Amino acid sequence: MSESRATWTKYSSPQAFYPLAGKLIPWFAGLAMICLAAGLYIGFLVAPTDFQQGDSYRIIFVHVPAAWMSMFLYVVMAGWAAVGLGLKARPSFMMAQAIAPTGALFTFLALFTGAFWGKPTWGAWWVWDARLTSELILLFQYAGVMLLHASIDDLRRADRASAVLALVGVVNVPIIYFSVRWWNTLHQGASVSMTAAPKMAATMLSAMGIMALGFWMYSAAVALMRVRCIILERERQASWAQIERGA
Amino acid sequence: MQWGSLNEFLAMGGYGAYVWPSFGATALCMIWEVLLLRRRHAAIRAALHQSAASVEVAS
Repeated sequence: MSESRATWTKYSSPQAFYPLAGKLIPWFAGLAMICLAAGLYIGFLVAPTDFQQGDSYRIIFVHVPAAWMSMFLYVVMAGWAAVGLGLKARPSFMMAQAIAPTGALFTFLALFTGAFWGKPTWGAWWVWDARLTSELILLFQYAGVMLLHASIDDLRRADRASAVLALVGVVNVPIIYFSVRWWNTLHQGASVSMTAAPKMAATMLSAMGIMALGFWMYSAAVALMRVRCIILERERQASWAQIERGA
Repeated sequence: MQWGSLNEFLAMGGYGAYVWPSFGATALCMIWEVLLLRRRHAAIRAALHQSAASVEVAS
């Protein structure tokens, strides 16, 4: 790496990003644990039983945050991919690569917990309605981005190809989000809306919100943990990584 | 709080068989992901140690 690079590229180098990520992880992890503990406390011990769904509704305290994260992380991943393509910045590609598995995990969890909510509520583990189907496609999209990256040996080509695939796939995110409005889905409409009064009791809403915040902090911590692994694996030939082994 | 006993809490109004697997799977996946990443980080650090040691031996 040449010394004459502009300052901003120096700060966006993997070498500078590695220790910064390391410093941020404990904060995000700590906040995640606080939020998740508070969310579970409110969700199980404060929030009342739903008069229609009984206690099965409590599944939404993990289902809705997981579903939100599955879509949000995809957009963030595609955003890093776009920055990487635009600026040819390696750390941006690394961030995109670091986010994909966590996004896939939350997509799986949204589908899994959704099935366990659907069975007692609808009487079916799965239905091929627009919301569920488009979310399943999102899982395949995450898998596609990861597999494409893994299947190309040349890292620069792998970065660019998987970034393009991630970007093209962004069209599915608004489809998932608006599917309950555009089609007559079995899946219910949005529980939280910017424009309408909430359809849930305040304690239920706050449990869901705090859990979502916890998932958000968790995702940040885990993505940074993974990007540190990716940086070390990719830069293992560089002398700074050799020095970093003791840190 | 609305739960009279631990059993009542675990039964979740008859929906325990759906509520607990949902939360259990979520917790397991999240803990598993963190453990895998810790192992991956430790493994790459160990590999860097080894390659550094072999460089020292060679020189």
